[in-house]
Amino acid sequence: MLKDITLGQYFPGTSFIHRLDPRTKLLVLIVYIVALFVAKTWVSYLVCLAFLALCIAISTISLKSIFRGLKPLVFILVFTGVLNIFLTDGETVLVKWWIITITLEGVVRAVYMIVRIMMLVSATFLLTYTTSPISLTDGLESLLSPLKKLHFPVHELAMMMCIALRFIPTLIEETDKIMSAQRSRGADFESGKLMERVRALIPILVPLFIGAFRRADELATAMECRCYHGGEGRTKMKLLRYKRRDYLAFLAGIILLATIITLRCFGW
Amino acid sequence: MSEAIRVEHLAYEYPGVEDTPGVAVFKDLSLSLEQGSFVAVLGGNGCGKSTLAKHFNSILLPCGGKVYVYGIDSANEDRLIQIRRSVGMVFQNPDNQIVANVVEEDVAFGPENLGIAAPEIRNRVDKALRQVDMYDYREHAPHLLSGGQKQRIAIAGVIAMEPKCIVLDEPTAMLDPKGRREVMDTILRLNREKGITVVLITHHMEEAAQAQRVIVLHKGEVALDGCPEQVFSQIEKLHAIGLAAPETAELCYALNKEGFSLPLDKLDIDSCADAILKSI
Repeated sequence: MLKDITLGQYFPGTSFIHRLDPRTKLLVLIVYIVALFVAKTWVSYLVCLAFLALCIAISTISLKSIFRGLKPLVFILVFTGVLNIFLTDGETVLVKWWIITITLEGVVRAVYMIVRIMMLVSATFLLTYTTSPISLTDGLESLLSPLKKLHFPVHELAMMMCIALRFIPTLIEETDKIMSAQRSRGADFESGKLMERVRALIPILVPLFIGAFRRADELATAMECRCYHGGEGRTKMKLLRYKRRDYLAFLAGIILLATIITLRCFGW
Repeated sequence: MSEAIRVEHLAYEYPGVEDTPGVAVFKDLSLSLEQGSFVAVLGGNGCGKSTLAKHFNSILLPCGGKVYVYGIDSANEDRLIQIRRSVGMVFQNPDNQIVANVVEEDVAFGPENLGIAAPEIRNRVDKALRQVDMYDYREHAPHLLSGGQKQRIAIAGVIAMEPKCIVLDEPTAMLDPKGRREVMDTILRLNREKGITVVLITHHMEEAAQAQRVIVLHKGEVALDGCPEQVFSQIEKLHAIGLAAPETAELCYALNKEGFSLPLDKLDIDSCADAILKSI
């Protein structure tokens, strides 16, 4: 049951998007998000959507997997939609009943909001689907490296993310093992009231945490044995280098942002 | 031959917590390991095998006496990196020593820490993975591999730093027989072909029998020391400290009790069978 959990799901591939430098993807994503927030009318939304659709088409990631990623967001989408419908003031009143007023402006705004969130999340999924966690971490470390001058622990942060990703499957396996061990001694995780179920989790969490600390201790020793002494003087096997396709992607991002800003200036 | 590691009058005590007194492991231990040799360290639980191993690359520092690693005092903090790159260490649980979630990235971890240039790291990683016969798995995720494969990745991670000596602390304890054989074959090959000094801490007598020298520790002291034939033929002494000899030697010993007079130094199955056949 726990085996189904996937974090930072990645679909290996060789498309243009897959081969882009992780930094490029992160930066273009940021540009795209800015464009999405500058966009105000359906025309500029369409431009953003076209850009997103183009990226998805190039990436060879199926639309189905993108929509599957959106599924857990349904609640947030509905919530945002409802809030926007009821709380937007407007002139064209559609329904007025008791203290509830629904205006045309409210409905339009709700639709825009939902579309915006969906487009934003889809693009983020496209990033994690096409970038392996390790190159994503590398990209982040490299992008944030100017912050090192401000004594921000960039390398440590990247190392922690990398180790966390490495240990997720190991800890899931261990949880499975502990649950089986407790179940074989009569523990019941599936029935009972909510409080009882929560209480049944304690005998899983305690050994899991103790095990995790023991692992951390051993890993630290093993890392020291392999001459780990922080980020200073450390090199990388895989160097990140911008290639022609990265400049192409940047160009696309800039064109998108420029188009949206121009449209906005002309009131579109 | 030159000396890899020299231990002189080593004393070590695990510090106690608050009121509890510390636990003394070694009082006065001296030994010397030759470069290029394959040494097995045996002993019951709590005899100080792992503690001794951790002195070989400055993870633990002596409370008394000295440990010299290729002539460098292990307490010399300025040369810590140099000590650790010449003596690599592999631990029991492969899961707790693999850092990255891609095999080749993990093997690259050591060389990256040493500040080696990217193309040279690539070279070393490929070479190390070929040496442990795991090159085809270089882009796999470690958690999907078998125990023996993971342990070989850990060994590759160590040899990518090009050490002169590898210390393995019960590397086969958590493996099935197949994984154990894979790891032992790798260790033996590294010792014979690359001339890397191997210190193997183990509970398996059959593994120890493949070494050139066996050191038996008991209560923090060297109880027996010599080539496997010498050590394992002193079966009574081994039994007295709660250990056993390889099954072949045990068999001959049991037969001798029944009136045979077999030599106790035949450690592989064929020569043992020959000896028994001759005496019938």
